[in-house]
Amino acid sequence: MDSRIAKPPPAGLVNLSMDAWTAPFWEAAARHELNLPRCADCGSYRMPPTPFCPHCRSQNIAWVAFDGAAALYSYTIVERAIIPGSEDSIPYVPAIVEFQGAGGVRLITNIIDCEIGRLEVGIPVDLRWIDLENGSALPAFTIETADNK
Amino acid sequence: MSEAAPNRTMRGKTAIAGLGSTPYYKRGQSYPQTLEELVSKAILGAVDDAGLKVEDIDGFAYFAGGFDTGFLMEMLGIPEVSFSASITGTGGGSAGAIGLAAAAVISGMAETVVCVGANQQGAQRFGSITSSYPATPENAFFGTTGLVGPGHMFALLARRHMHLYGTRREHFAEVAMSTRINALTNPDAIMRKPLTLDDYFAAPMIADPHCLFDFCLETDGAIAVIVTTAERARDLKRKPVKVLSSTHGGSRDWGRSIYWMNMPDETFASSGHASIARRLYADAGLGPEDVDCAQIYDHFSSQVLMQLEDYGFCPRGESGPFVSDGAIRYDGGVIPVNTDGGQLSAGYVWGMTHVREAVEQLRGTAINQVKGAEVALVTGGPSTLPISGLLLGV
Repeated sequence: MDSRIAKPPPAGLVNLSMDAWTAPFWEAAARHELNLPRCADCGSYRMPPTPFCPHCRSQNIAWVAFDGAAALYSYTIVERAIIPGSEDSIPYVPAIVEFQGAGGVRLITNIIDCEIGRLEVGIPVDLRWIDLENGSALPAFTIETADNK
Repeated sequence: MSEAAPNRTMRGKTAIAGLGSTPYYKRGQSYPQTLEELVSKAILGAVDDAGLKVEDIDGFAYFAGGFDTGFLMEMLGIPEVSFSASITGTGGGSAGAIGLAAAAVISGMAETVVCVGANQQGAQRFGSITSSYPATPENAFFGTTGLVGPGHMFALLARRHMHLYGTRREHFAEVAMSTRINALTNPDAIMRKPLTLDDYFAAPMIADPHCLFDFCLETDGAIAVIVTTAERARDLKRKPVKVLSSTHGGSRDWGRSIYWMNMPDETFASSGHASIARRLYADAGLGPEDVDCAQIYDHFSSQVLMQLEDYGFCPRGESGPFVSDGAIRYDGGVIPVNTDGGQLSAGYVWGMTHVREAVEQLRGTAINQVKGAEVALVTGGPSTLPISGLLLGV
């Protein structure tokens, strides 16, 4: 089994550009809260947050605090630093997680702090946060264990 | 979408009359030539091949942002153009640019239209191209995760395909190996050494499950073709290659695909080409059984598998066993794929190598000639919409 621990992604890549529609997501993230955009009219979730609900075209969003319960939808293990200077981050694990409790919307994220060999599509994963130097934070996930549940 | 009436389609009304290509260079080795110089060499080659003069060009049809029409006219002495347009998106439009040119010719907006694709990878490698995108609110949702290149992103689709259908790395390897066999006889190909299964599994992993040989090459080069009316093409120097159909666009279920990752589950582990294929076949009045060779955009081996499914060569989820049976081999395969060695082993010119090879096959001048080839499929790169497809015929 691959017992290496999944590392956080290279910090140098983070440039959190935001607009009026995405800022609430990142502002909540800085507080370690995962808020997901839900249409205030038809109730559909969407990711990423955009100015219109693709189902009913409403512009009303209700930001819903979400507990982060997720399933690992897919992942890749980055084994080579394509960007110079990111060698210390290898291996890191970009992933997609799916929120069954929020209409099945998915978040592009990272798996961190767990043994790579235990990763498997479909397993439940728990929310963690990667704190950044500028005070913002990125949602990330790790494998659920009895210890960290 | 219902089938368009034949007189409303572009079926057979235009043809590719000329083809020009620079050599393929390993990344950065085309210097000190400039990118516009490579583009112009391909254009001059194409008009010469057709038996036309560069002054005859009156239109440009591009993809992936295209090139500077004014500068090309200034440089090459093209007196006047009446059409200049580009399919948006990235490499997805490579096959569709031929359709854009055909649309210009059929509508009468232009008569002699150039399609050109080129790349020169110096300061910015394509392998890490997404990390060079400007920071936007949209790409904050993937750029922060360390997905710095398309090979990382498509690895997520590949793993999902493995999970859903039992696809294995051996299946990706067969794509890489069968494509390499085709490159061995192609003097223009960059990779001319045999590739074994052992070689494949010994290669460095880049973004699991994608190893080195699942990635296309990073090369420099330019390829241009001339599209004109089928009638006029008959009077020119080369055997005309008819544009049977060309489709670009795609389904909202695919959308920005790798930059979105919220495609419905049944679309996620695909190439997004299902709707393109449906319209392409309908417009041509053909089906996958009529295709003699397929030039399939192979930025990643896993995406060749998913396109084989989307274009109906095998059922959804069965592309792994399909290729393992030798189905895409030049020698004995039911549908020879990437007969020039593809982007995996010959050269990467944003999909235009596939247009080039389809033209060669239908002219009967290909290195690995498919006997009696009458219909060739070309696909544009699975990526953010629009994506595209092309059927060419004799």
